[in-house]
Amino acid sequence: MKAGPRESRAYQRLHAKYRPQTPLLRNVTVAFLVGGTICAFGQLVYDFYLGLGFTPAEAAGPLAGTMIFLGAFLTGLGVYDWIGDFGGMGAALPITGFANAIVAPAMESKREGLVQGLGTKMFEVAGPVLVYGLTVSFVVGAVRYIIRAY
Amino acid sequence: MQTLGDPPTPNTLWFSSEPRLISCGSVVGPKEGAGPLGDHFDHVCSDERLGERSWEQAERRLLMAAIDHCLVRAKLKPEDVQVLLAGDLMDQIVTSGYAARHHNAPFFGLYGACSTFSEALLLGSVLVDGGYRKTALCATASHHNAAERQFRAPTEFGAQRPPLSQWTVTGAGACLLGAEPVVKDEPCIVVESGTIGRVVDYDVADPYDLGSAMAPAAADTVLAHLRDVQRSPEYYDLILTGDLGRVGRDLALELAGGQGVQVDGERWQDGGVLIYDRSQNVRAGGSGCACSACVFCGYVWRLMRSRNLRRVLVVATGALLSPLISKQGESIPAVAHAVSFKLV
Repeated sequence: MKAGPRESRAYQRLHAKYRPQTPLLRNVTVAFLVGGTICAFGQLVYDFYLGLGFTPAEAAGPLAGTMIFLGAFLTGLGVYDWIGDFGGMGAALPITGFANAIVAPAMESKREGLVQGLGTKMFEVAGPVLVYGLTVSFVVGAVRYIIRAY
Repeated sequence: MQTLGDPPTPNTLWFSSEPRLISCGSVVGPKEGAGPLGDHFDHVCSDERLGERSWEQAERRLLMAAIDHCLVRAKLKPEDVQVLLAGDLMDQIVTSGYAARHHNAPFFGLYGACSTFSEALLLGSVLVDGGYRKTALCATASHHNAAERQFRAPTEFGAQRPPLSQWTVTGAGACLLGAEPVVKDEPCIVVESGTIGRVVDYDVADPYDLGSAMAPAAADTVLAHLRDVQRSPEYYDLILTGDLGRVGRDLALELAGGQGVQVDGERWQDGGVLIYDRSQNVRAGGSGCACSACVFCGYVWRLMRSRNLRRVLVVATGALLSPLISKQGESIPAVAHAVSFKLV
């Protein structure tokens, strides 16, 4: 039985009455704090590499590597999903969140083998980010090239 | 125009021979064990993986353990089971099929999403009542991590779950139905009737909002059952829906009220609301085809045996979506089947 447009609209009105509200203020505040904490920690790591004598440009590489490792490590320990559920976008947006998006499916698909499991499923979540990130950077690069040429 | 609870034909089956509910078995994971009903289950696993190599294998182990508990309690051997009806949430219901290879009983694999538990009870009752089988074992299982992986995202992926979302129950429940009482000196529970639900779709398309998608189906089946058996909701001590969650249960109550059938909230309980405490971070409540099975086989069955409940209507509800079809933007159809139990 498929509801007609009238019943389905009436149900949507009823639904709106019972639907729990997304706690927007709480989510935004927590995302700011969690994301801010991750970035502040990243700054400490960056300063550490500068202290070792890296130039700012050189320090970016080991900084990204360290943060990716931490994100992956916490995913492996089964902690990052909790941080993500608590911190929302604050945990998803930094590079640690990207590491989580790749390691989480990889961990779970290991049982189906290195090729058909891990290799195939590794980019299940992060794949679209890579596809559209690379596409956009290509387009932006091309536009920049054309503008500079003329 | 069709209305809720008014299917064109009577869809209720009366089981005149009154198949007995001989025994139940329930096994749950650690989170369910820590919930309000934790003391009622036969076994609470300390490890989500149950020592297995994958979540899927852990789910299979849960199903087998629930069946074992059920048979041990009935003092029966696996050979005494004349038909096994089982289902789960995995693709191609592999949990049930693979668990059934350890039994010699003829096997029906069922899929009705989270409504599978009452689907199995209904079909098992038909087979026993018709005299085709002397015993029927009905079992379902689900595992949170296996279900997350299949329907949503990898378990360790750190996405924030919306307030409407529900937590799939890790566990399994099994019921043994029989033509005659096998356990002596016990309160005798029988299956009196059952209502086959129809598929209802009220244009809810959010795959996180399954409680709201299933609420019209639950209301439809409960109303159709009450209409067919010509009873008021007060006849039942408990109407137990499977896994509507907090939002879905309120909506179902409201929909039933809209058709002129007022049920008070104490009488209409939901497995998804009962199984977890609010502090367990499960948002709108529990779900999964183990939700109704564990709550019934663990909690409700014990209450019936201790004569605290005499008449119970179990209405497991299922959302018949797949991740693929919901990404194509279609709304979610749902189904609910009702089974009426009576203490005699």
